[in-house]
Order: sequence, then C-alpha cells, then structure tokens
Amino acid sequence: MLETRHLTANYGQFRALFGVDITVAAGECLAIIGANGAGKTTLMRSITGVIGNEPRMVLHRGEPIGGLSSAEIVKRGIAMVPEGRRLFPSLTVEENLLVGGQARKVPGPWSLNAVYDLFPILRERRKNPATTLSGGQQQMVAIGRALMSNPELLLCDEISLGLAPVVIRDIYAALPRIREGGAAIVVVEQDIGKALAVADRVYCMMEGRVTLVAKAAEVTRDEIHSAYFGVAA
Amino acid sequence: MKSIPPILEWRHDKGTEAPSFARAALSWPERGGAAMIWLDTLVQGALLGGLYALFAAGLSLVFGIMRLVNLAHGDLIILAAYLVLMGVTLLGLSPWIAALVAMPVMFALGWLLQAAVLNRVLGKDILPPLLVTFGLSVALQNGLLELFSADSRRIPAGALEGASLDLGLVTVGIMPLMTFASAIVTIIALNGLFYHTALGRAFRATSDDAVTAGLMGIEPKRIFAVATGIAMVVVTLAALYLGMRANFDPSIGPARLIYAFEAVIIGGLGSLWGTLAGGIIIGVAQTFGAALNPEWQILAGHIAFLTVMLLKPRGLFPRAVD
Repeated sequence: MLETRHLTANYGQFRALFGVDITVAAGECLAIIGANGAGKTTLMRSITGVIGNEPRMVLHRGEPIGGLSSAEIVKRGIAMVPEGRRLFPSLTVEENLLVGGQARKVPGPWSLNAVYDLFPILRERRKNPATTLSGGQQQMVAIGRALMSNPELLLCDEISLGLAPVVIRDIYAALPRIREGGAAIVVVEQDIGKALAVADRVYCMMEGRVTLVAKAAEVTRDEIHSAYFGVAA
Repeated sequence: MKSIPPILEWRHDKGTEAPSFARAALSWPERGGAAMIWLDTLVQGALLGGLYALFAAGLSLVFGIMRLVNLAHGDLIILAAYLVLMGVTLLGLSPWIAALVAMPVMFALGWLLQAAVLNRVLGKDILPPLLVTFGLSVALQNGLLELFSADSRRIPAGALEGASLDLGLVTVGIMPLMTFASAIVTIIALNGLFYHTALGRAFRATSDDAVTAGLMGIEPKRIFAVATGIAMVVVTLAALYLGMRANFDPSIGPARLIYAFEAVIIGGLGSLWGTLAGGIIIGVAQTFGAALNPEWQILAGHIAFLTVMLLKPRGLFPRAVD
C-alpha cells in the first residue's frame, strides 16, 4: 500500500536520510525503532509531505505522492499522530477531533462517537481546551484526531514519549482496536519492547539508514542490539 | 452669558469624521449644561468607535490567522470606497446596492492578492510581507490618484446624511448609529464564523499551527486566501460608511490604517470584541480631545493608544495563546 524507494531527505546542507526503502502492506502493523537522531521522525515527515521529496520516492498504491502537500496526502488516507502531539491550543477537545475529519469525508469505522468509545475520558472532557488535558489524554486526542479521517494508514510518531508507563499501556491497548477497523499502522518508537509487542514487522534505523528488517515475532535480541547501536551485543 | 464652547470651532476638515456633538452643543444651554455636552461627546465618540472597529476588523482577522500586518489595509478601504462610489455614480445604484456589488469584487481581489502575492512572502521572517504590503500601499495610492485625481469625494447618502434621532438626553445621527450597529453585527458574524463553522475551526487551527493543520488535510495557503477575501468584504462595509460620512481621497488610507492598527492593538491581538473596544476608546478619546480643543482630536486618539500600551502592553483582551 505504501512504499518508499531510495528516500532521501535533507535539512539544508545536512542529509538526514540516505536511501530508505520501506513497504507497508494493507492492514499491517509496522514498528520503526531506532535511537534519537536515527531519522525516524524525518521519515514520517517525508512520507506525510512536511518535507518535500522527489515524487517517486514515496508511492501510495503505486502512485507517486512524494511531491504532494501534507493536505493532499491526508486526503489519500494517510494520517499522522505527530511527535509531541501538537494539538491546537485554541480549540476544544471536540474541535480538535472535528478538524481531523473535516478534509477527508469517507465512510469508515471512525466518527466522533467511535473515538469517544475508544477513549471514554475524552467524552467527559470534550468541551475543555485540548491543551489543558493531561499528557496521556492529549495523546488520546491526537490519535483520535488522526482517526477521524478514517485513514488507510495511521502513522504514530513516538506516541509514548514523555508519558507514564500506566498511560502508555492504555494508549497501546487501543492499537489492536484501531487495527480491527482496517487501518494499517506504523509505530515509530524508542521503546523497543512496546513496539515489538504490537508489530508484525520491525524496521530498525540508524544514522538515516535502515539497518534491520525482520518479523517482530522472530527477531532476536542480538539482531536488534546490533542494528540499534551498530555494534554486536 | 456663557462663552461658546470650543467644540463649536470645529470645522469639517478633509478626511476627519463629522462630530455631531457640535449639533448638541448648539442647544446645550437649555439642555442642562456642560454635563450634557460631555455625555453627548461620550456617545458620539463611542459611535465613531464603531467606524474604527469596522476599519480594524479585517486587519484583526488577517493578523489573527496568519500573523500578517497588511500595511495596505487603509488603502484597500479607500479602493473599496471608490468602487462603491463608481457603482453609485456610473451605474446609478444606491450606495447599499453598490456596496453589495463591490463586496464579491473585493473578496476576489483579496483572494487573488493573498494567493498570488502575500502567500509567497509569508514565513518566519516578518519583513518581506511588511515590505510587500508597504509597496502595495504606495502603488494603490498612486493608482487611485491617476484614476480619480486628488479631489475629495463623498458617497451620496441622500436624506440619511443629516438624519438624527433624539434620544432625550442626547441626539445621535442615524448614520453613526447604523455604522455602530453594523460593526456589532459584523463582529457577531465573524465570531459565529470563527467558533461555529468548519471554516472557522480551520482558521483557528491554521492560526495555531499551520504545519499540523496541513497534516489534518487543511491547505493553509487556501485558508489564508479565504481569510483575506473575507477581510476585504468587511473592508467594503467600512468603506461604505467612511464614504458616506466623510470626504475621502487617494491619500487618506494610511491614517485609516493607523486608527485600525491602534484599535486592534488596544483590544488585544486576535480578539474581535477587543477590537470594538479599541475602536470605541480611540473614538471617545478623539471626540473628547476635539471637545477640549479642535486641534487635539487626532492627537488624543494616539495618546489614548499609548496610555493603554503603557498600562496593558498586550492589549485589553489578549488571547490566552499567542
């Protein structure tokens, strides 16, 4: 469904990605792991059009989308939960959710009520300014906001960052239910255990390159250690 | 025999609003003396503030959404006033119909201006949009001068021009009253658009974080173009009242920009009701200044602005998040 081909990305003179190839199949859950600065977020930003690319570096259902704007990519069914949540502070919880669904109106499992069923606390807080919620609740809003467009592919960038373990558990508990809705999921994580627990396949990145591709159930600790740090365990 | 109050020395200078407190002053001895004059001055000043709020609402809208200070805003008001005047003089339309015709034209002009010019210069550096809109201001003034000459014009409003309403304690002109009512209706409508429509949500989301708004499927540049188009519709309404209440010529745009800018800053950036409050403060300060000495009208407005800035640097009603 989604494919990157020799994807490169630059921040000015600095090259952050060096020919990254990944594929995501429909309904699949993929984990992308790697240390800080490995290029995971840059990869997400490149796929979603925040960083411009050559059109054929990113393909969606075989069509080049690398040169499209973020808004056009969302309309094709690729939604992102950005790192740091980035909720709209002047909007309430409900308005944040509604904004997520107003550009792409397609039939699907996700609606305001479905998101509230997934995260019941948001129904209680729906009239509150979004950024007054706790970190975990804000992350729920960010996930719900992305789901409101009924995406085919949900990109989750560091959704556990800065959250308490008990909150992370609740957030990750929602991912299987999201998959049941039919969406493929890409989870970008530094928490290897969490990522492997939900993923079908895992990509490990280091210094802008993919260093490991494996099935999550089969990958060994040593393989991950070697791909993550660049040295054998 | 009491001396004649200084406000009677007021003359209708080019480009300034006609203070109807002069009419009230003529009858002040039999109406209760100086207190009545000051009450009348206060009311007339507040009503004048409605016009300034109309000048400022479009500026506030554009600044609130895209952090763009449009230095050509005043000149765009004058351009719209000439458009309405052309509708009246060339097509024989009433000023109200002429304004209705001019509104979509100005919307399209605003949309094009944003899409073709201003979107290209918006970014982290605030200088390019300032330079571009300053250049646009100069170009508009000179273009209007070529087309319409430096002669002062006025949009004929017929019987409404001198019509007034006696409220007992004070007498108010129908036109200032309509201007003020229009300002309130405009602000209610803009707030309704902002807080109760999908477009308004997109405006606020884009204002908060344009990159993330893009990740939600919102095209920030398209949103900016629509916002500038709507601002130009408000500008046309402001131009209609400006043109019916006072003389205008191609050179008076920058002064309207300053009044508008002061009203926006006093109110607090991004707050439309704050903008109305800012307009009223400037209007009241100007009429009180003029009541004390006709030469102080404009200066008093600026002093009020500086005083508010000293006491409340973020304005009276700043947004919680800037």
